Amino acid sequence: MSTTTCPTALAPIDGSEEQLLEISMGPQHPSTHGVFRMNVVLDGEHVVKLKPIFGYLHRNHEKIAENETYLGSMPYTDRLDYLCSITNNWGYALAVEKLAGIQVPERAEYLRVITGELTRLQNHASLIGFLLQDMGSSGTPLMYAFREREKILDLFEQLTGSRMMCNYMRFGGCRVDMPAGWLDRAKKVVQEFPRFLDEYEQLLVSNEILMERTQGIGVLSRELAINAGVSGPMARASGVNCDIRKLDKYSIYDRFSFRVPLGAHGDVYDRYMMRFLEMRESLKILNDAMRDIPPGPIVDPKMRIRGFRPKPGEAYGRIESPKGELGFYLISDGSPNPYRYRVRPPSLINLTVLEDLCVGLNVADVVAILGSVDIVLGEVDR
Amino acid sequence: MTLETIKSELEANIPGCRLEIVVNGSPSGQNSLLVEAEHAFKVARFLRDASDLCFDFCSNVTGVDWPSREIAEKIRVKKLVDGVEKEIEELKKTTTPGYLEVVYHLFSQQLKYGPLPLRIRTRDRDRGVHLPSLTPIWRSAEFQEREIFDLFGVIFDGHPDLRRILMWDGFVDHPMRRDYVEPDDFEYEPTAHDDVLQRAEQHLSKAGGR
Repeated sequence: MSTTTCPTALAPIDGSEEQLLEISMGPQHPSTHGVFRMNVVLDGEHVVKLKPIFGYLHRNHEKIAENETYLGSMPYTDRLDYLCSITNNWGYALAVEKLAGIQVPERAEYLRVITGELTRLQNHASLIGFLLQDMGSSGTPLMYAFREREKILDLFEQLTGSRMMCNYMRFGGCRVDMPAGWLDRAKKVVQEFPRFLDEYEQLLVSNEILMERTQGIGVLSRELAINAGVSGPMARASGVNCDIRKLDKYSIYDRFSFRVPLGAHGDVYDRYMMRFLEMRESLKILNDAMRDIPPGPIVDPKMRIRGFRPKPGEAYGRIESPKGELGFYLISDGSPNPYRYRVRPPSLINLTVLEDLCVGLNVADVVAILGSVDIVLGEVDR
Repeated sequence: MTLETIKSELEANIPGCRLEIVVNGSPSGQNSLLVEAEHAFKVARFLRDASDLCFDFCSNVTGVDWPSREIAEKIRVKKLVDGVEKEIEELKKTTTPGYLEVVYHLFSQQLKYGPLPLRIRTRDRDRGVHLPSLTPIWRSAEFQEREIFDLFGVIFDGHPDLRRILMWDGFVDHPMRRDYVEPDDFEYEPTAHDDVLQRAEQHLSKAGGR
């Protein structure tokens, strides 16, 4: 299991024969979800200090996007959080639409909500699978979750031509309309989804080992969550009422009735349950959106694809991505390329509190805590 | 709460602080507040703690590089040419000094509004790149300020742990600056072959020896 490298002994603590042990956890550790490394200082089994180390997947996405046209970096946003490419597209499209004042037609908004919520479903499903896998329930739960995720990825493939790198949004709309029969297939997947949730909850939510491993572990207080900029399901598990779908009412989210689940304890178990509850709310939105979707154009007819030059100015656009608040900050100087392009990565900022959550706990808890934060390294390192 | 009222409230409560509203030309209409570096920390603390403002959530921290620009203007001047007064065109060149800018996007989680973009500018781009760190006020700035230090070279005074975050420790330049010159051979760092090292030196002198 452990792929730790070269433990180094530090100075002994006064009055005891015990030593502090500095261990490098990662970057090839299977529970780090990619190439993430933590320098952990241990006193026996207990974590004394933990410093995250980033940059193994750093491509300087922002610099590349500044040398590229506005539309040219749309496929590149897929590679940020590669599990939910559609919400990345959406965040970027929303920021550019704010910057240039573009209207989105009705049908395109519905398509965005449907694909966005399907993305949230498959992200949360795979996350709970990964989390259980990290905690040692090898194989089965992850495969159950991936079986459901696969159905949604098939829908994405039929719609956009790609399973993960969807490149679906355009400024002022979406790239392609639904093919014939797609809506019925999507409805079928959404109708069958609660069965998977019920089965999964029965299997694991009241599982004694799971509760023992997650309850009271990695408690994040409400005050620290706000101060450290934590967003998304992780903040809501700590009781912060901060769903941007409700706060900003971007797109057409004010038309759907859904609730924002809030946690009471802010521990790993709450963060884990948050995903279940959010999936159920997403299903409500999906059912409404698929029922109400109107006919019409899918992209603003006045929008020019080529020679797109927004007026000088700036805009910050943010959406509720499955990981948290995904923001794009753009400065235009009137040229075809953005003068400044900045991604606000929810995964990276949610990791700010990682040390606070882990200190004093066992090494095995670090794995569970990191799994409950839900990071994707493509977004952390950019 | 409008930007003007926030500005007047800040100026009333923090002695000696001068603020400026930077108007945004885009349809987004997100105007921002420009703060001097000396008063930035006090302004930030006031923004967070004042009960009617309550900007408790610092969402995004961005660095922006504005290199010095030469603006060539054509002006018409009247001059005596060979005893006759004539109107001739003259090229007048003015250079605006460059600076680095850090933008904080603030929201209020409690009162549910925002964003308030707060801008702080450095004195210049080489020696005067010091700014006060706002990490003691908002923890969310910790990694983002480290990133700006890494990629733009802004030094945040008072940051608890100011190290490079995305590039490796031995890296010299700041890649997000507009005048950054890419190394012509990325292999120079781990494998120190002589000719590769020589090329790396050439690169560094080309990049201005920073």
